[in-house]
Amino acid sequence: MNQPLLELQNLSLSYHTMEGEVAALSDISFSVREGEFAAVVGPSGCGKSTILNLISGLLPIEKGEIFFRGEKLSKDSPLNIGYMLQKDHLFEWRTVYKNIILGLEIRRQMTPENLARADALIDQYGLSSFRDARPSQLSGGMRQRAALIRTMVLDPDLMLLDEPFSALDYQTRLSVADDIGTILRSAGKTAILVTHDISEAVSMADRVIVLSSRPARIRTIIPISLSLGNTPRTPMTSRNAPDFKTYFNLIWKELHADA
Amino acid sequence: MRESALQEQYRQQQKRRKYRVHFLRLFLFILFLALWEISARTGLIDSFIFSSPSQIAETCISLTLEEGLFVHIGVTLYETLASFLLVLVFGVGAAVVLWLFPGAARVCEPYLVILNSLPKSALAPLLIVWLGANTTTIIVSGMSVAIFGSIMNLYTGFSEIDKDKLTLIYTLGGTKRHALFKVVLPGSIPLILSVLKVNIGLCLVGVIIGEFIGARQGLGFLIIYASQVFKMPWLISSIVILCVIAVILYFLLNLLERWYTRKR
Repeated sequence: MNQPLLELQNLSLSYHTMEGEVAALSDISFSVREGEFAAVVGPSGCGKSTILNLISGLLPIEKGEIFFRGEKLSKDSPLNIGYMLQKDHLFEWRTVYKNIILGLEIRRQMTPENLARADALIDQYGLSSFRDARPSQLSGGMRQRAALIRTMVLDPDLMLLDEPFSALDYQTRLSVADDIGTILRSAGKTAILVTHDISEAVSMADRVIVLSSRPARIRTIIPISLSLGNTPRTPMTSRNAPDFKTYFNLIWKELHADA
Repeated sequence: MRESALQEQYRQQQKRRKYRVHFLRLFLFILFLALWEISARTGLIDSFIFSSPSQIAETCISLTLEEGLFVHIGVTLYETLASFLLVLVFGVGAAVVLWLFPGAARVCEPYLVILNSLPKSALAPLLIVWLGANTTTIIVSGMSVAIFGSIMNLYTGFSEIDKDKLTLIYTLGGTKRHALFKVVLPGSIPLILSVLKVNIGLCLVGVIIGEFIGARQGLGFLIIYASQVFKMPWLISSIVILCVIAVILYFLLNLLERWYTRKR
């Protein structure tokens, strides 16, 4: 139990262009426990998403190491990761159901159990009447739900959320964040959320990792424990907690420390 | 639900507009035929050179009975469809290969541009020498007009597919093969359909060019033969038939496109 699920050790990475080398990450180390919800905030363009790309193996590791359940990550042992991107990228030429089982199709895991789980998730998250609809018939919030189910069907060990709400308008954004946050928490998923929105990070995460501007280094890691009394914690109730503002201001100061 | 009077009025107005356009189109066609016929009969234009609608109709009948017009039409149609399908197969195939190997695409790009801008009619005599005066040559001639543009258009379309959609496939554990079959190809069907609509006309052009110089059958042959022996009604009839063929082929592809859009 003491062993963290995921551990990043001294990650550094540079992008190479003809104009020269651009340092993106510098000496990033942090760990995430099983079932924990971590948020990474930083100024835009500081390399937040790069961290997720390294964890998921989309980018090769240049310097440093990543451990998953104590084992070093390598090309041959990719993690079972669920990735949510800024846009839902539901394919218009597939029905909602076909979009949801896309991952199963690719991994050749269309077993009866997995398909049953897909059906259960569709029912559970209220998409059963849109099963055979086209994605364009769904609202923005429903689309993100479908995108979430698409990754949940694969039963990922770790969820990576790369600004998954930033393409939505403010109202939808609040309710979708609440929705997704509640779903992930009740499913007990470990998640890393990348965002530039401080209040989103505070409302959803157990711990907020604050990055500096490029090259990103860890400025501080702030554990969030809101005094909610007896109300269960959801992103929405978190926003109403009395100490929400304190955390917001703390992170704000950290982000603007060198400005 | 009952519609308001204004809604009803709007609908009527739109309908009337639509009918008016249809009517005027038909009217223009009939007017053109009538003016042509009258001018030819009154000697306003020389009917020996310009022919006339009634003469064309007669010629079509006599060509059918005496010269096997339908064989010529069949040959041209066969060659056009063959080159059209081959362009589809090779065009998509080549574009896929270029997409799979972007390095190769960058190397090939200037050559594709040159081949595409080359006037393909200049190639026809060369093809006759290389491949002989036969059907193969004419099909290749038809292909030559459409293939390079198709490859370039399709490859550009393939590369413009949203990068994040490909990332999604990779995050789900997919490979480049999955990206191709789950995203790039299904996402490019509208593009492929619009390329096909352009190609059918281009292939017809290439086939006629080929028939001009190396055929014993087909509408292109009929046209060149008629012009050499100065049978103007033959020539103009063939052109009219070509016109009809082009319209029908385009119409069929339009149906296919509409069927696909409705299916979605």
